Amino acid sequence: MSTGSGIPPIVSSKSWTVKVREKGVESLPPERLLPDGQPTYVASWIYVFGVASIASLVVIIGSGCILALKGPAWWHETGVGHFFNSIHLWSVELFFFAMVVHLWGKYWMAAWRGGRGRVWVTGAIVFLVAVPCALTGYVSQQNFDAQWISTQAKDAMNSVGVGSFFNLTNFGQMYSYHILLLPIAVVALVSLHVLLVRRNGVVPPIELEEKLKS
Amino acid sequence: MSVVSVMGAVFNLNHPAHTVDWSFIHLSVANVVVIGLMLVVFFLAILLPFPGAAGRDAARRGGGSA
Repeated sequence: MSTGSGIPPIVSSKSWTVKVREKGVESLPPERLLPDGQPTYVASWIYVFGVASIASLVVIIGSGCILALKGPAWWHETGVGHFFNSIHLWSVELFFFAMVVHLWGKYWMAAWRGGRGRVWVTGAIVFLVAVPCALTGYVSQQNFDAQWISTQAKDAMNSVGVGSFFNLTNFGQMYSYHILLLPIAVVALVSLHVLLVRRNGVVPPIELEEKLKS
Repeated sequence: MSVVSVMGAVFNLNHPAHTVDWSFIHLSVANVVVIGLMLVVFFLAILLPFPGAAGRDAARRGGGSA
């Protein structure tokens, strides 16, 4: 049967796509996913560091893609290569700087309040996953610094019993972790973290929540 | 003179890192400086007023839309 416009009629079904859509819209309605505005208490510098971390992450991914395209000889031996190498390093420094201040801010405002436990936990896991992501970058530089760090850090891995899985002197393994596995994990966890923030809303200041309760 | 040479003249890096030692704590001065900067930025972020925040608060108290 045709609708006359050439588009086949939509048959109501409970296929997996419908179920996924309905579940998605139910748990995160469009007006929550992309809200018109934020509460007035968000107008504070302490609320800026989460998005500063994401902005740094965007620069890290962008500069990392360029470094991956061109390779070690380029980033060590050319002026433009040095520039992008430095952009990559300093955006990582900024990422960790902003992420630590964000973490301190959220810790002292007890950001897990109001059913936001998963928001807090995903944020903490992002931090933990970002550390080996940076470490594998340091040991993938292809210079004496990388050699020094990898030979020192391998002892730490061996001492906790993961040396046979995670060999810091194996460049191929470290580079794969650094440009594929760990960045995917960081981006996926950050995306989940942001979606959970959208779903639960930005945590209000403690005194405001107490005022609303009383 | 290149920028790299000028920066190299300002910061002499041709020596082992200076460290801060306190009991079992062993940190390079560079890391102590970064931790100090993070603390400074953290307290400034709490204390400094955000541009436009007072106006939004006044609008909210006055019944206007925030």
